[in-house]
Amino acid sequence: MNSMNQSITNEVPSEEEAAAGVAESQPTDTVIEEGKTVGKPFADNAKFSLRDVEVFYGESRAIKKISLDIARNQVIAFIGPSGCGKSTFLRCLNRMNDSIDICKVKGSLKLDGQDIYDPKRDVVELRARVGMVFQKPNPFPKSIYDNVAYGPRIHGLANRKADLDEIVENSLRKAGLWEEVKDRLEATATGMSGGQQQRLCIARAIAVNPEVVLMDEPCSALDPIATAKVEELIAELSESYTIVIVTHSMQQAARVSHRTAYFHLGHLVEVNETKKVFTAPEHELTESYITGRFG
Amino acid sequence: MPTKKDDVYGDHISNKFNDELMELKTEFLEMGGMVESQVENAIQALMDGDGHLAEEIRAKDKRVDQMEMAIDEEATLIIARRQPTARDLRLVISVIKMVADLERVGDEAKKIAKLAIKLSEEGQAPRGYVEVRHISTHVLSMLHDALDAFARLDSEQALRIMKEDKRVDEEYQAAARTLLTFMMEDTRNISRCMSVMWVLRALERVGDHACNIAENVIFMVKGEDVRHTSVEEAERVVGR
Repeated sequence: MNSMNQSITNEVPSEEEAAAGVAESQPTDTVIEEGKTVGKPFADNAKFSLRDVEVFYGESRAIKKISLDIARNQVIAFIGPSGCGKSTFLRCLNRMNDSIDICKVKGSLKLDGQDIYDPKRDVVELRARVGMVFQKPNPFPKSIYDNVAYGPRIHGLANRKADLDEIVENSLRKAGLWEEVKDRLEATATGMSGGQQQRLCIARAIAVNPEVVLMDEPCSALDPIATAKVEELIAELSESYTIVIVTHSMQQAARVSHRTAYFHLGHLVEVNETKKVFTAPEHELTESYITGRFG
Repeated sequence: MPTKKDDVYGDHISNKFNDELMELKTEFLEMGGMVESQVENAIQALMDGDGHLAEEIRAKDKRVDQMEMAIDEEATLIIARRQPTARDLRLVISVIKMVADLERVGDEAKKIAKLAIKLSEEGQAPRGYVEVRHISTHVLSMLHDALDAFARLDSEQALRIMKEDKRVDEEYQAAARTLLTFMMEDTRNISRCMSVMWVLRALERVGDHACNIAENVIFMVKGEDVRHTSVEEAERVVGR
């Protein structure tokens, strides 16, 4: 699992510079009060309960006292200009930031009421429960079958070959990929198209039967058709998984999510039902961003 | 006309998008001005028994129809190109709806013009024209104020127009009763009084359309739909 984490982490573009950076051409006359989020940041059926979360990269504070609930079996979209902290915040949810030495996380982060950052916590187990899909499809240079079977194997989820076959088939079916690849499971995954590779990564993430899937701009490297397929998949998966998606495409957030959270310079400015955010947002900055006035 | 500098729709990163929204607003207001004068002229033609002016109004209604289609096309293209959100989306959606109201106001003006021609041909002493003059002044000011509220994004003014609509309805009822009295006095008045009644009816509809525009302005500004709600509810939304 460690090697897998390592390989995945390496694919992630460094956030430090982005965190230290400033959103482009933003309005300067709006003051954001720290820790104050407009809208409805809290939910009754919280999967994640996050309170006063702060993230530091060395001296620089990338996340400033954010409190948010992520509701069970819902899709929440994180949006905001580059460097606003949305990816940093996302990566706190399964401790992907652990691999960055200068990164420190403060505050209370709970998954089903249990502290994510408890030193006694098994991070591998956490990441099995909270899976992740990245911006660029990052299949292992192995066969399609082995990519999906990798997680279940190391977590000992299947004792017999037949069980493993079943997990692989089910995962590929859920990812909407089975029909396309069932006759070439032994083919190398890197030979697939970008959209197929991304859906394979989703199949790989759900093969270990996670409760949450984190997606960091999962469609930004895909063409519109592959994007539509992934979005379709997100809608289906949300019936049984909690999904957190970071996206630069406002239309994508509007299409796939139930709730939308708007981040700005490390603050969580607004959280509301997606339909509210895109028709009548409460905060001026949210409005300016989603209508293309800055960002 | 709003200028680009002070317009809340004029500060996007994309200048082209600013221009498109500005163009949409300007065309809408232009069409608004046109139907306003159509109603004004129709009443004038009626009062003066001016058949020539009435004919002009009927011809000009085609131009109103064309503007409706042009604005709808412009709005459709903005949606296709820009996928507007929030206040931009509300502007585009409202304009699409309000343009239909303006077109209907144009139709009412045409209707009045037709009745003006009919009445001038019958050539008898006008009955009920005082009421027509009174209601037309009222609904024309509502229409003007509604367009003004749109141009200035003034939801409070829009709320006042919503409240006015009730008064127009009352005035219409009262005028209808007066005309009914004329008809009962002398049955030879019936045909002419009925024509005047249709004029009043058309004017009352203009008031309704002004009210619809006002409701859309509140939606544009406040993001809440106040159609089919009570005045108290609309007051709450505007007071927020």
